[in-house]
Amino acid sequence: MRVEITVNGQAHSREIEPRLLLVHFLRDTLSLTGTHVGCDTSSCGACTVLLDGEAVKSCTVLAAQADGLAVTTVEGLAGEDGLSPVQEGFRQCHGLQCGFCTPGMVMAATALLAENPDPTEQEIRGGLKGNMCRCTGYQMIVESVQWAAANGGAK
Amino acid sequence: MIPAGFSYVRAGSVEEALDELSRHGGAARPLAGGHSLLPAMKLRRAEPGVLVDIGRLRELSYVRADGDRIAVGALTSHRTLERDPVVAAQVPLLAAAARRIGDPQVRNRGTIGGSLAHADPAADLAGAVLALDGVLVARGPAGVREIPAREFFTGRCRNALAPGELLTEIRLPAAPGRSYAFEKFSRRALDWAVVGVAAQARPGGGVAIALIGMGPTPVRATAVEEALAAGEPAAEAARLAAWGCEPPDDAVASASYRTHLAEVLVTRALAAL
Repeated sequence: MRVEITVNGQAHSREIEPRLLLVHFLRDTLSLTGTHVGCDTSSCGACTVLLDGEAVKSCTVLAAQADGLAVTTVEGLAGEDGLSPVQEGFRQCHGLQCGFCTPGMVMAATALLAENPDPTEQEIRGGLKGNMCRCTGYQMIVESVQWAAANGGAK
Repeated sequence: MIPAGFSYVRAGSVEEALDELSRHGGAARPLAGGHSLLPAMKLRRAEPGVLVDIGRLRELSYVRADGDRIAVGALTSHRTLERDPVVAAQVPLLAAAARRIGDPQVRNRGTIGGSLAHADPAADLAGAVLALDGVLVARGPAGVREIPAREFFTGRCRNALAPGELLTEIRLPAAPGRSYAFEKFSRRALDWAVVGVAAQARPGGGVAIALIGMGPTPVRATAVEEALAAGEPAAEAARLAAWGCEPPDDAVASASYRTHLAEVLVTRALAAL
C-alpha cells in the first residue's frame, strides 16, 4: 500500500507493507534513527514521537495509521536558532547518562509542555510516566523539563 | 517484533466497516487505537488476515448527555475521557479510571471501545463501566442491540459480540454529585492493575463495586454490595471482597496476594466514598 506521511515538515510518499510499524518506517525507510526502539512493547517510551502533535509510542502504531498525518521526531525539534528549549534543558541539567531514552523523553516532555507550560514536579513525573530511563536518572530529567518550562517551553 | 502479514482496509464510515467485517468473516478484526490489538499481533497471539481500521471514524468519537444517560462513542480516547467536562460532571468514575490507564502516550491512542472489546480482566475502564451498570451498544448485520456490561465479558479477553458486530457506543446512567472511588495497585507506574476496584454510590442508596484482576473477567463484588446493603460495617463487608472470585496465580502475583489486595483496596475505596 502507498502512504504519504509528513515527517518534520517534509512529505514522504512510500510503498509499504501494511504491517510496517511507524518506528521502522522512520528508522529503516527514512533513515531517521533518532527515534529508538527500546522494549518494543509500548512500555519504555524510547520510540515516542508526536503524531499530529500528540505523543505516541511509534512501536505500537502502524505506518498505515499515520497515512496523511504529520509526525515530529527528535530530529525535527531543533530550529535554525539551535536546540529547542527541551533539548537545551537536557543539556544544561545533564538530563541524560547513556542517552538511549533521551529522544523519547525529549518528545514526551515537549508534548507535556505544549499542553501544560508550567507543570508542577508531580505533573512532570506524571507526564513522563510512560518513559523509562535505564540509568535511573529521573531526577535530572525532571530538572531538565523544569529548565525548559522556564526557558521557552515546548518550543 | 513484527506482526504476521495482513491486509489493511481503512473504513470511511460505520456502514463500510460493518460491510468489511461481514465480507471477511472471522478473518477480520476492527482496529481502533491498536494499543491492545497491535501488541497481541506482535506476539502472534492474534493473527487477523484483515485489519479494518476504524480509527478515523470521527462519528464514533463523542460524549453526549442524553437525558439521564451519558452516551460515549466507542472511539473516544482515554485522554478525552480524562478531560471531557460532561464525563467529569456526570460520570466522574469513568474519568478517574481513564486517568489511571498506562501513561499519556497510551491514553492518547487507546479508546474506550477498544479497551472494552479487548476484554482484558484487568482493564481499568471495564471496572468502571461495570460499576456504573453501563450498557454496550453493538451494531452488526442483524441491526443494533444493547448488551449490559454484566453480560459483555464472557471470559479472559472474550466478549459477547457476535461475528461481524462492532461495538459503537457505551451508555452510562448519569451519576452527578454521587461519590465514587477508583483504587488500583500496580507494580510499576505504567503497569496494568494487579487488582483494582471501582466503586460508585447508587442513586437509591447502596454501593456498586467492581473488581479487576480478580478472575477471567472483571466482576461485581456482590457479596460486599449485599453486606453493605444489609447494614454491615465497611470493614466487615470488605472482608468479603474476593468471595466467589478465582484470582489468577501467575508471575505478577499469587492468588492469595490478589485476595489480600482485593480486601485492602475495597476497604480504601469504601473509605474514600
